Amino acid sequence: MGLDFSIIPKYMDIILLGVGWTVGITVAAALLSFVGGIIFAVIALYAPWLVRQPFRLIEWVFMGTPLLLQLFLIYFGLVQIGIDLPAFVAGIIGLGLHFAVYNSELIQTAILAVDKGQMEAARTLGCSRAQALRKVVIPQAVRAVIPPIGNNMIALLKDSALVSVIGVSELTLSAQRVIGKTYRPFEFYILAAAFYYVINLCMEWVQRKIERRISISR
Amino acid sequence: MDIDLMLKVYPFFLEAAWVTILLSVLTAILGLICGTLGAAARLSRFAVLRFLGAAYVSVFRGTPALIQLFILYFGGPQIGIQLDAFEAGVIGLGINAGAYMTETIRGAIIAIDKGQREAARTLGLSGWQATYRVILPQAARLMVRPLGVNLNMLIKATALVAAIAVVELTYTAQRYIGSTYKPFEMFLLAGVLYMIIIYVVGRGVAWLDRKVQIT
Repeated sequence: MGLDFSIIPKYMDIILLGVGWTVGITVAAALLSFVGGIIFAVIALYAPWLVRQPFRLIEWVFMGTPLLLQLFLIYFGLVQIGIDLPAFVAGIIGLGLHFAVYNSELIQTAILAVDKGQMEAARTLGCSRAQALRKVVIPQAVRAVIPPIGNNMIALLKDSALVSVIGVSELTLSAQRVIGKTYRPFEFYILAAAFYYVINLCMEWVQRKIERRISISR
Repeated sequence: MDIDLMLKVYPFFLEAAWVTILLSVLTAILGLICGTLGAAARLSRFAVLRFLGAAYVSVFRGTPALIQLFILYFGGPQIGIQLDAFEAGVIGLGINAGAYMTETIRGAIIAIDKGQREAARTLGLSGWQATYRVILPQAARLMVRPLGVNLNMLIKATALVAAIAVVELTYTAQRYIGSTYKPFEMFLLAGVLYMIIIYVVGRGVAWLDRKVQIT
Protein backbone atom coordinates (compact mmCIF):
# COMPACT_ATOMS: atom_id res chain seq x y z
CA MET A 1 0.00 0.00 0.00
CA GLY A 2 1.56 3.27 -1.10
CA LEU A 3 1.17 6.68 0.44
CA ASP A 4 -1.72 8.96 -0.34
CA PHE A 5 -1.75 12.28 1.47
CA SER A 6 -4.65 13.63 -0.63
CA ILE A 7 -7.05 11.86 1.72
CA ILE A 8 -6.14 14.16 4.61
CA PRO A 9 -8.44 17.19 3.98
CA LYS A 10 -11.53 14.98 4.21
CA TYR A 11 -10.79 14.14 7.84
CA MET A 12 -9.22 17.42 8.84
CA ASP A 13 -12.15 18.46 11.05
CA ILE A 14 -11.70 15.40 13.30
CA ILE A 15 -7.97 16.02 13.56
CA LEU A 16 -8.43 19.71 14.30
CA LEU A 17 -10.90 18.88 17.06
CA GLY A 18 -8.20 16.62 18.47
CA VAL A 19 -5.71 19.48 18.29
CA GLY A 20 -8.15 21.59 20.30
CA TRP A 21 -8.41 18.92 22.97
CA THR A 22 -4.65 18.46 23.11
CA VAL A 23 -4.13 22.19 23.61
CA GLY A 24 -6.92 22.35 26.21
CA ILE A 25 -5.62 19.37 28.18
CA THR A 26 -2.06 20.67 28.02
CA VAL A 27 -3.05 24.11 29.30
CA ALA A 28 -5.25 22.72 32.09
CA ALA A 29 -2.61 20.19 33.18
CA ALA A 30 0.09 22.86 32.98
CA LEU A 31 -1.85 25.15 35.31
CA LEU A 32 -2.50 22.28 37.71
CA SER A 33 1.16 21.27 37.64
CA PHE A 34 2.25 24.84 38.30
CA VAL A 35 -0.05 25.43 41.27
CA GLY A 36 0.55 21.88 42.50
CA GLY A 37 4.29 22.34 42.12
CA ILE A 38 4.24 25.40 44.37
CA ILE A 39 2.09 23.65 47.00
CA PHE A 40 4.26 20.51 46.90
CA ALA A 41 7.41 22.60 47.20
CA VAL A 42 6.10 24.47 50.24
CA ILE A 43 5.06 21.19 51.88
CA ALA A 44 8.41 19.59 51.11
CA LEU A 45 10.30 22.51 52.62
CA TYR A 46 8.16 23.81 55.47
CA ALA A 47 5.59 21.21 56.55
CA PRO A 48 6.14 19.29 59.79
CA TRP A 49 8.09 16.05 59.56
CA LEU A 50 5.00 13.84 59.80
CA VAL A 51 3.43 15.46 56.74
CA ARG A 52 6.69 15.75 54.85
CA GLN A 53 7.73 12.12 54.94
CA PRO A 54 4.70 10.45 53.32
CA PHE A 55 4.84 13.28 50.89
CA ARG A 56 8.37 12.53 49.88
CA LEU A 57 7.37 8.92 49.34
CA ILE A 58 4.66 10.04 46.93
CA GLU A 59 7.13 12.27 45.14
CA TRP A 60 9.58 9.42 44.88
CA VAL A 61 6.92 7.10 43.43
CA PHE A 62 5.85 9.69 40.88
CA MET A 63 9.41 10.23 39.72
CA GLY A 64 10.35 6.57 39.70
CA THR A 65 7.51 5.09 37.67
CA PRO A 66 6.33 5.71 34.11
CA LEU A 67 3.59 8.26 33.52
CA LEU A 68 1.58 5.73 31.53
CA LEU A 69 1.40 3.44 34.55
CA GLN A 70 0.36 6.37 36.75
CA LEU A 71 -2.42 7.25 34.32
CA PHE A 72 -3.77 3.70 34.53
CA LEU A 73 -3.66 3.89 38.33
CA ILE A 74 -5.47 7.21 38.49
CA TYR A 75 -8.07 6.40 35.87
CA PHE A 76 -8.96 2.90 37.04
CA GLY A 77 -8.14 3.56 40.67
CA LEU A 78 -10.62 6.42 40.92
CA VAL A 79 -13.27 4.21 39.38
CA GLN A 80 -12.49 1.53 41.94
CA ILE A 81 -13.07 3.86 44.88
CA GLY A 82 -16.31 4.99 43.31
CA ILE A 83 -15.24 8.24 41.67
CA ASP A 84 -16.26 7.92 38.06
CA LEU A 85 -14.52 10.82 36.36
CA PRO A 86 -14.58 11.43 32.62
CA ALA A 87 -11.34 10.16 31.05
CA PHE A 88 -10.14 13.64 30.17
CA VAL A 89 -10.42 14.80 33.78
CA ALA A 90 -8.44 11.77 34.93
CA GLY A 91 -5.92 12.56 32.20
CA ILE A 92 -5.55 16.17 33.33
CA ILE A 93 -5.17 15.10 36.97
CA GLY A 94 -2.60 12.46 36.03
CA LEU A 95 -0.53 14.74 33.82
CA GLY A 96 -0.91 17.64 36.26
CA LEU A 97 0.24 15.66 39.30
CA HIS A 98 3.10 14.01 37.44
CA PHE A 99 4.52 17.32 36.30
CA ALA A 100 3.70 19.04 39.61
CA VAL A 101 6.25 16.73 41.18
CA TYR A 102 8.90 17.69 38.63
CA ASN A 103 8.01 21.39 38.97
CA SER A 104 8.17 21.07 42.74
CA GLU A 105 11.80 19.94 42.52
CA LEU A 106 12.65 23.06 40.54
CA ILE A 107 10.67 25.38 42.79
CA GLN A 108 12.24 23.92 45.95
CA THR A 109 15.70 24.66 44.61
CA ALA A 110 14.61 28.16 43.66
CA ILE A 111 13.02 28.89 47.05
CA LEU A 112 16.21 27.80 48.78
CA ALA A 113 18.18 30.03 46.42
CA VAL A 114 16.22 33.16 47.40
CA ASP A 115 18.36 35.15 49.81
CA LYS A 116 17.57 34.48 53.48
CA GLY A 117 17.58 38.21 54.09
CA GLN A 118 14.37 38.49 52.08
CA MET A 119 12.46 36.36 54.55
CA GLU A 120 14.11 38.09 57.52
CA ALA A 121 13.33 41.53 56.13
CA ALA A 122 9.72 40.58 55.50
CA ARG A 123 9.38 39.21 59.03
CA THR A 124 10.93 42.38 60.43
CA LEU A 125 8.38 44.43 58.53
CA GLY A 126 5.64 42.54 60.33
CA CYS A 127 4.68 39.85 57.82
CA SER A 128 3.79 36.44 59.20
CA ARG A 129 5.86 33.50 57.95
CA ALA A 130 3.10 32.47 55.54
CA GLN A 131 2.72 36.03 54.29
CA ALA A 132 6.44 36.40 53.78
CA LEU A 133 6.49 33.16 51.82
CA ARG A 134 3.48 34.04 49.72
CA LYS A 135 4.27 37.67 49.01
CA VAL A 136 8.04 37.88 49.07
CA VAL A 137 9.88 34.58 48.71
CA ILE A 138 7.70 32.58 46.31
CA PRO A 139 7.22 35.36 43.72
CA GLN A 140 10.99 35.68 43.45
CA ALA A 141 11.50 31.93 43.31
CA VAL A 142 8.83 31.45 40.67
CA ARG A 143 10.45 34.03 38.45
CA ALA A 144 13.74 32.18 38.58
CA VAL A 145 12.18 28.85 37.64
CA ILE A 146 10.09 29.99 34.71
CA PRO A 147 12.62 28.94 32.05
CA PRO A 148 13.13 25.36 33.30
CA ILE A 149 9.40 25.02 34.00
CA GLY A 150 8.84 26.02 30.38
CA ASN A 151 10.85 22.96 29.38
CA ASN A 152 8.68 20.81 31.62
CA MET A 153 5.56 22.21 29.98
CA ILE A 154 6.89 21.32 26.54
CA ALA A 155 7.51 17.81 27.84
CA LEU A 156 3.95 17.85 29.16
CA LEU A 157 2.59 18.64 25.71
CA LYS A 158 4.34 15.60 24.29
CA ASP A 159 3.29 13.38 27.17
CA SER A 160 -0.31 14.47 26.72
CA ALA A 161 -0.32 11.96 23.85
CA LEU A 162 -0.37 9.24 26.52
CA VAL A 163 -3.89 10.08 27.66
CA SER A 164 -5.10 8.64 24.35
CA VAL A 165 -4.46 5.26 25.96
CA ILE A 166 -7.16 5.86 28.60
CA GLY A 167 -9.54 6.98 25.88
CA VAL A 168 -9.31 10.77 25.76
CA SER A 169 -10.06 11.94 22.23
CA GLU A 170 -7.13 14.27 21.87
CA LEU A 171 -4.89 14.51 18.83
CA THR A 172 -3.38 11.03 19.04
CA LEU A 173 -6.65 9.22 19.58
CA SER A 174 -8.33 11.33 16.89
CA ALA A 175 -5.64 10.23 14.47
CA GLN A 176 -6.20 6.63 15.59
CA ARG A 177 -9.94 6.95 14.99
CA VAL A 178 -9.41 8.30 11.49
CA ILE A 179 -6.90 5.53 10.80
CA GLY A 180 -9.54 3.03 11.91
CA LYS A 181 -11.73 4.29 9.07
CA THR A 182 -9.11 4.87 6.40
CA TYR A 183 -6.38 2.30 7.14
CA ARG A 184 -3.80 5.00 6.46
CA PRO A 185 -1.63 5.02 9.63
CA PHE A 186 1.47 6.55 8.09
CA GLU A 187 -0.28 9.61 6.66
CA PHE A 188 -2.33 10.45 9.73
CA TYR A 189 0.34 9.79 12.34
CA ILE A 190 2.70 12.00 10.35
CA LEU A 191 -0.03 14.64 10.30
CA ALA A 192 -0.49 14.32 14.06
CA ALA A 193 3.27 14.56 14.55
CA ALA A 194 3.32 17.71 12.42
CA PHE A 195 0.63 19.30 14.59
CA TYR A 196 2.51 18.41 17.78
CA TYR A 197 5.64 19.86 16.27
CA VAL A 198 3.91 23.13 15.42
CA ILE A 199 2.36 23.44 18.90
CA ASN A 200 5.79 22.67 20.32
CA LEU A 201 7.37 25.46 18.25
CA CYS A 202 4.69 27.89 19.41
CA MET A 203 5.40 26.98 23.04
CA GLU A 204 9.13 27.48 22.52
CA TRP A 205 8.41 30.87 21.00
CA VAL A 206 6.25 31.90 23.97
CA GLN A 207 8.91 30.61 26.34
CA ARG A 208 11.57 32.76 24.64
CA LYS A 209 9.29 35.80 24.85
CA ILE A 210 8.68 35.29 28.55
CA GLU A 211 12.35 34.70 29.26
CA ARG A 212 13.30 37.90 27.47
CA ARG A 213 10.69 39.83 29.39
CA ILE A 214 11.92 38.54 32.72
CA SER A 215 15.53 39.29 31.93
CA ILE A 216 14.76 42.88 30.92
CA SER A 217 12.84 43.68 34.09
CA ARG A 218 15.73 42.52 36.23
CA MET B 1 -5.29 -4.68 49.64
CA ASP B 2 -5.51 -8.10 48.06
CA ILE B 3 -2.20 -9.72 49.01
CA ASP B 4 -3.24 -13.19 47.83
CA LEU B 5 -3.89 -11.90 44.35
CA MET B 6 -0.57 -10.09 44.31
CA LEU B 7 1.26 -13.24 45.33
CA LYS B 8 -0.52 -15.14 42.62
CA VAL B 9 0.35 -12.81 39.76
CA TYR B 10 3.78 -11.49 40.74
CA PRO B 11 5.71 -14.14 38.75
CA PHE B 12 4.19 -12.67 35.59
CA PHE B 13 5.37 -9.23 36.65
CA LEU B 14 8.86 -10.53 37.27
CA GLU B 15 8.94 -12.03 33.80
CA ALA B 16 7.69 -8.75 32.37
CA ALA B 17 10.38 -6.87 34.29
CA TRP B 18 13.00 -8.81 32.38
CA VAL B 19 11.41 -7.68 29.13
CA THR B 20 11.52 -4.08 30.39
CA ILE B 21 15.20 -4.51 31.29
CA LEU B 22 16.05 -6.07 27.92
CA LEU B 23 14.15 -3.29 26.14
CA SER B 24 15.99 -0.67 28.20
CA VAL B 25 19.41 -2.15 27.51
CA LEU B 26 18.86 -2.47 23.75
CA THR B 27 17.28 0.97 23.55
CA ALA B 28 20.14 2.49 25.52
CA ILE B 29 22.72 0.94 23.18
CA LEU B 30 20.90 2.15 20.07
CA GLY B 31 20.33 5.53 21.71
CA LEU B 32 24.05 5.91 22.45
CA ILE B 33 24.93 5.02 18.87
CA CYS B 34 22.38 7.51 17.47
CA GLY B 35 23.43 10.11 20.03
CA THR B 36 27.11 9.78 19.14
CA LEU B 37 26.39 10.03 15.43
CA GLY B 38 24.00 12.92 16.06
CA ALA B 39 26.57 14.80 18.13
CA ALA B 40 29.27 14.16 15.51
CA ALA B 41 26.92 15.51 12.84
CA ARG B 42 26.03 18.59 14.89
CA LEU B 43 29.70 19.38 15.46
CA SER B 44 30.75 18.60 11.90
CA ARG B 45 32.64 20.93 9.61
CA PHE B 46 30.01 20.36 6.93
CA ALA B 47 26.93 22.55 7.02
CA VAL B 48 24.74 19.79 5.53
CA LEU B 49 25.61 17.41 8.37
CA ARG B 50 25.12 20.13 10.96
CA PHE B 51 21.68 20.84 9.51
CA LEU B 52 20.74 17.15 9.46
CA GLY B 53 21.89 16.73 13.06
CA ALA B 54 19.91 19.76 14.20
CA ALA B 55 16.82 18.59 12.29
CA TYR B 56 17.09 15.13 13.87
CA VAL B 57 17.18 16.59 17.37
CA SER B 58 14.43 19.11 16.72
CA VAL B 59 11.98 16.70 15.10
CA PHE B 60 12.47 13.78 17.48
CA ARG B 61 12.44 15.95 20.59
CA GLY B 62 9.59 18.05 19.23
CA THR B 63 7.04 15.28 18.74
CA PRO B 64 5.70 12.66 21.16
CA ALA B 65 7.64 9.42 21.35
CA LEU B 66 4.33 7.58 21.27
CA ILE B 67 3.51 9.03 17.84
CA GLN B 68 7.00 8.15 16.61
CA LEU B 69 6.42 4.57 17.71
CA PHE B 70 3.05 4.46 15.97
CA ILE B 71 4.49 5.85 12.75
CA LEU B 72 7.18 3.17 12.77
CA TYR B 73 5.03 0.24 13.85
CA PHE B 74 1.70 0.95 12.14
CA GLY B 75 2.90 3.20 9.31
CA GLY B 76 6.11 1.30 8.57
CA PRO B 77 4.50 -1.44 6.48
CA GLN B 78 3.17 1.22 4.08
CA ILE B 79 6.71 2.24 3.22
CA GLY B 80 8.09 -1.29 3.27
CA ILE B 81 9.30 -1.54 6.87
CA GLN B 82 7.90 -4.66 8.55
CA LEU B 83 8.85 -4.94 12.22
CA ASP B 84 7.39 -6.91 15.09
CA ALA B 85 6.29 -4.90 18.12
CA PHE B 86 9.45 -5.52 20.13
CA GLU B 87 11.76 -4.53 17.27
CA ALA B 88 9.67 -1.44 16.56
CA GLY B 89 9.83 -0.56 20.25
CA VAL B 90 13.60 -0.81 20.45
CA ILE B 91 14.21 1.06 17.19
CA GLY B 92 11.58 3.74 17.82
CA LEU B 93 12.62 4.42 21.41
CA GLY B 94 16.32 4.14 20.54
CA ILE B 95 16.13 6.77 17.83
CA ASN B 96 14.06 8.97 20.14
CA ALA B 97 16.50 8.61 23.04
CA GLY B 98 19.34 9.27 20.61
CA ALA B 99 17.97 12.75 19.95
CA TYR B 100 18.17 13.60 23.66
CA MET B 101 21.59 11.97 24.00
CA THR B 102 22.86 13.95 21.00
CA GLU B 103 22.39 17.13 23.00
CA THR B 104 23.98 15.61 26.11
CA ILE B 105 27.06 14.41 24.24
CA ARG B 106 27.37 17.60 22.23
CA GLY B 107 27.04 19.67 25.38
CA ALA B 108 29.85 17.76 27.09
CA ILE B 109 32.15 18.11 24.07
CA ILE B 110 31.68 21.85 23.64
CA ALA B 111 32.20 22.31 27.37
CA ILE B 112 35.84 21.30 26.96
CA ASP B 113 38.12 24.31 26.74
CA LYS B 114 39.17 25.27 23.22
CA GLY B 115 42.76 25.60 24.41
CA GLN B 116 42.88 21.82 24.84
CA ARG B 117 42.49 21.26 21.12
CA GLU B 118 44.85 24.08 20.26
CA ALA B 119 47.48 22.72 22.62
CA ALA B 120 47.09 19.21 21.20
CA ARG B 121 47.45 20.52 17.66
CA THR B 122 50.51 22.53 18.65
CA LEU B 123 52.07 19.37 20.05
CA GLY B 124 51.73 17.80 16.62
CA LEU B 125 48.53 15.73 16.98
CA SER B 126 46.27 15.59 13.93
CA GLY B 127 42.72 16.93 14.21
CA TRP B 128 41.29 13.45 14.64
CA GLN B 129 43.93 12.49 17.18
CA ALA B 130 43.21 15.63 19.18
CA THR B 131 39.51 14.76 19.26
CA TYR B 132 40.07 11.11 20.05
CA ARG B 133 42.91 11.37 22.57
CA VAL B 134 42.39 14.74 24.22
CA ILE B 135 38.84 16.03 23.85
CA LEU B 136 36.73 12.88 24.11
CA PRO B 137 38.37 11.41 27.22
CA GLN B 138 37.69 14.66 29.06
CA ALA B 139 34.19 15.06 27.64
CA ALA B 140 33.32 11.47 28.57
CA ARG B 141 33.72 12.37 32.24
CA LEU B 142 31.24 15.21 31.91
CA MET B 143 28.75 13.00 30.06
CA VAL B 144 28.23 10.31 32.67
CA ARG B 145 25.81 12.13 34.91
CA PRO B 146 23.59 13.72 32.23
CA LEU B 147 23.55 10.48 30.27
CA GLY B 148 22.37 8.87 33.50
CA VAL B 149 19.41 11.25 33.46
CA ASN B 150 18.73 10.27 29.84
CA LEU B 151 18.89 6.63 30.88
CA ASN B 152 16.43 7.17 33.71
CA MET B 153 13.97 8.81 31.28
CA LEU B 154 14.53 6.06 28.77
CA ILE B 155 13.65 3.30 31.24
CA LYS B 156 10.37 5.02 32.04
CA ALA B 157 9.75 5.64 28.34
CA THR B 158 9.89 1.90 27.65
CA ALA B 159 6.39 1.83 29.17
CA LEU B 160 5.15 3.34 25.89
CA VAL B 161 5.59 0.06 24.03
CA ALA B 162 2.64 -1.21 26.07
CA ALA B 163 0.59 0.76 23.54
CA ILE B 164 1.82 -1.51 20.74
CA ALA B 165 1.25 -4.61 22.90
CA VAL B 166 4.78 -5.56 23.88
CA VAL B 167 4.33 -7.63 27.02
CA GLU B 168 6.51 -5.61 29.40
CA LEU B 169 5.74 -4.28 32.88
CA THR B 170 3.20 -1.62 32.04
CA TYR B 171 1.36 -3.81 29.56
CA THR B 172 1.24 -6.58 32.14
CA ALA B 173 -0.11 -4.20 34.77
CA GLN B 174 -2.68 -2.88 32.31
CA ARG B 175 -3.81 -6.37 31.41
CA TYR B 176 -4.19 -7.44 35.03
CA ILE B 177 -5.98 -4.22 35.94
CA GLY B 178 -8.41 -5.07 33.17
CA SER B 179 -8.96 -8.65 34.32
CA THR B 180 -8.90 -8.21 38.11
CA TYR B 181 -10.15 -4.62 38.61
CA LYS B 182 -7.41 -4.14 41.20
CA PRO B 183 -5.57 -1.09 39.84
CA PHE B 184 -3.78 -0.24 43.07
CA GLU B 185 -2.33 -3.69 43.65
CA MET B 186 -1.15 -4.00 40.06
CA PHE B 187 0.34 -0.52 40.14
CA LEU B 188 2.18 -1.44 43.31
CA LEU B 189 3.68 -4.58 41.74
CA ALA B 190 4.80 -2.86 38.55
CA GLY B 191 5.79 0.36 40.31
CA VAL B 192 8.06 -1.37 42.81
CA LEU B 193 9.81 -3.24 40.01
CA TYR B 194 10.30 -0.04 38.02
CA MET B 195 11.69 1.72 41.05
CA ILE B 196 14.10 -1.13 41.76
CA ILE B 197 15.36 -1.02 38.18
CA ILE B 198 15.72 2.76 38.26
CA TYR B 199 17.37 2.70 41.68
CA VAL B 200 19.94 0.10 40.64
CA VAL B 201 20.72 1.94 37.41
CA GLY B 202 20.97 5.22 39.31
CA ARG B 203 23.47 3.71 41.75
CA GLY B 204 25.43 2.27 38.84
CA VAL B 205 25.61 5.66 37.16
CA ALA B 206 26.67 7.34 40.41
CA TRP B 207 29.40 4.70 40.88
CA LEU B 208 30.65 5.19 37.32
CA ASP B 209 30.56 8.95 37.75
CA ARG B 210 32.74 8.73 40.87
CA LYS B 211 35.05 6.28 39.14
CA VAL B 212 35.78 8.53 36.15
CA GLN B 213 36.38 11.73 38.08
CA ILE B 214 40.04 12.64 38.44
CA THR B 215 39.89 14.41 41.76
